[in-house]
Amino acid sequence: MPIEVNGKTLETDEEGYLSNLTEWEPAVAGIMAKLDNCELTDSHWEVINFLREYYEEYQIAPAVRVLTKAIGKKLGPDKGNSKYLYELFPYGPGKQACKYAGLPKPTGCV
Amino acid sequence: MADFEIPTIKEYPVIPHLQPGVSAHLKPFVAKADFQKSLSFPGELVENWEQKAVDKLGELTGKYRSLRVFLDSCVKCGACTDKCHYYLGTTDPKNMPVARQDLLRQVYRRYYTFAGKFFGKLGIPGFVGAKEMNKEVLDDWYSYYHQCSQCRRCSVYCPYGIDTAEISMAAREIMDSVGVGQKYCNEIIGKVFKVGNNLGLPQPALEDTLLGLEEDVKAATGFNVKFPLDQKGAEVLLVTPSADFFAEPHVDGLMGYAKVFHEAGVSWTVSSYASEAANFGMFIGSYENMRKVSLRIREAALELGVKRIVFGECGHAWRVAYSFLNTLAGPFDFLDQNYPIPQHICEFTYDLIQKGAIKFDKTANDHRVMTYHDSCNVARASRMGNTPGGQFKIPRAIIQATCNHFYDMPPDTIGEATYCCGGGGGLLTDDLIELRVKGALPRMEALKQVVENHGVTHMAAICAICKSQFTKVIPYYGFTMDQIVSVHQLVSDAIVLTRQ
Repeated sequence: MPIEVNGKTLETDEEGYLSNLTEWEPAVAGIMAKLDNCELTDSHWEVINFLREYYEEYQIAPAVRVLTKAIGKKLGPDKGNSKYLYELFPYGPGKQACKYAGLPKPTGCV
Repeated sequence: MADFEIPTIKEYPVIPHLQPGVSAHLKPFVAKADFQKSLSFPGELVENWEQKAVDKLGELTGKYRSLRVFLDSCVKCGACTDKCHYYLGTTDPKNMPVARQDLLRQVYRRYYTFAGKFFGKLGIPGFVGAKEMNKEVLDDWYSYYHQCSQCRRCSVYCPYGIDTAEISMAAREIMDSVGVGQKYCNEIIGKVFKVGNNLGLPQPALEDTLLGLEEDVKAATGFNVKFPLDQKGAEVLLVTPSADFFAEPHVDGLMGYAKVFHEAGVSWTVSSYASEAANFGMFIGSYENMRKVSLRIREAALELGVKRIVFGECGHAWRVAYSFLNTLAGPFDFLDQNYPIPQHICEFTYDLIQKGAIKFDKTANDHRVMTYHDSCNVARASRMGNTPGGQFKIPRAIIQATCNHFYDMPPDTIGEATYCCGGGGGLLTDDLIELRVKGALPRMEALKQVVENHGVTHMAAICAICKSQFTKVIPYYGFTMDQIVSVHQLVSDAIVLTRQ
């Protein structure tokens, strides 16, 4: 189902990920979150921004441990764990957060 | 939490009343043309596909004697009917193994048996259980052959040993050959060809991830445990599911393997070219793709000059490795013949335990009361060690060497009677979450029993799919995702490190 972002129509795949990842802009995250009845806070954005930085460097989403460690360093050790990330992204940090951040969906046995 | 009804765990397992067609809507996304083409399959449904599907079926029954015997020999005794976790979880009669097989068998009968051809020409093929190949049949195949995790539990109870997994693999291969593939499996196989693993984790990301793990282990233990990548001349090539690098609790298992190699003083390496144990070529029944994936392991082993190949915790990978690797990618005459080729990480660790070469502080796992889930492909399609049943004994021996508290689930749910986690066989995808939750029911019932009777707190597994599937679905049954652990996570937590 395509989504409307700032007057543009962006194609998404069956699971709601952007078809063309280069079309991502910050407003995309908010609109996708709304479709999931989720309101993005600064905490969500910390994760989304890290995902995008990592993706730009490595062309893949970070491993869960890489992500939790990075978030722990930024926001304090009590938040550097999957439990915290699942609170933010109940459908799974790897998948839900990647979708909002305009990253491809991690595939495989994960 | 879900837009479908979650099965309830009853006091004891009950064979449910039939609800015909109740899971007909469960089907995975179809692969796009690009994904199909990278596997040398047609991009979309081909012209004259009915005839081509029938021809492909003829080719497969000619090539695989087993398939032909399985299609010919069912006597409809009914022994398999209540043995499938997807039937028990969905209540759809087409998920009874015999009914699932019949979806292919009816077409085989119509075109490849005298009775089917004869009554087919009279316009009454149904008289002998035969059916024309048509769209309705194809749709049924697409739904119900993607509601089989190829776990082979039914075959244990079949007096003829009919293996539904092989029938579902054949059906998927026929569908791929006429241009109808499954997105999840086929996209992933394409990534292995392009990048080297299911996740699409490129070398720099892998390197960064492994360095991070070195730091973590150092911080936690004070020991310089290495996670080498592409290291030429290492003794062991570790081939492990890429989920071990990426996901939890998988990564805790990977840290366990690293500590075992470290403490044993055996040099090892991961290959970025063959950074995947999984081989989804098997799930889609494609010998060619299975072979292509396997050959990467051979190439990496030669390139790195290793002496041994060890597989990490991955269920179906171990089936491919143990049962087929030698014919797919052998001969492995360049490896050290004094060790099993290939070897399972559990065999590797178990041998060291037997020799007294590694020691454990079991109290490190005293906060856990363990049970163990036998993964289907390890249980019913492979072996470990030198004695029959080693694939059941060895992982349990490792758990008992590392933990003080261990209880097995009921005997008809473990060992060769083990229930699938509900996500095997290429079904571990979000578009099949309803099927996955429902298919987990029998395992959840068994788990609940030991939780209530023995206070079990954690369930260990040696398969990346089982671990991901359980962490995702057990919350639907009132458990928490951190109750699933890797067997080598227990090793990791209890091993006494002594070497610097």
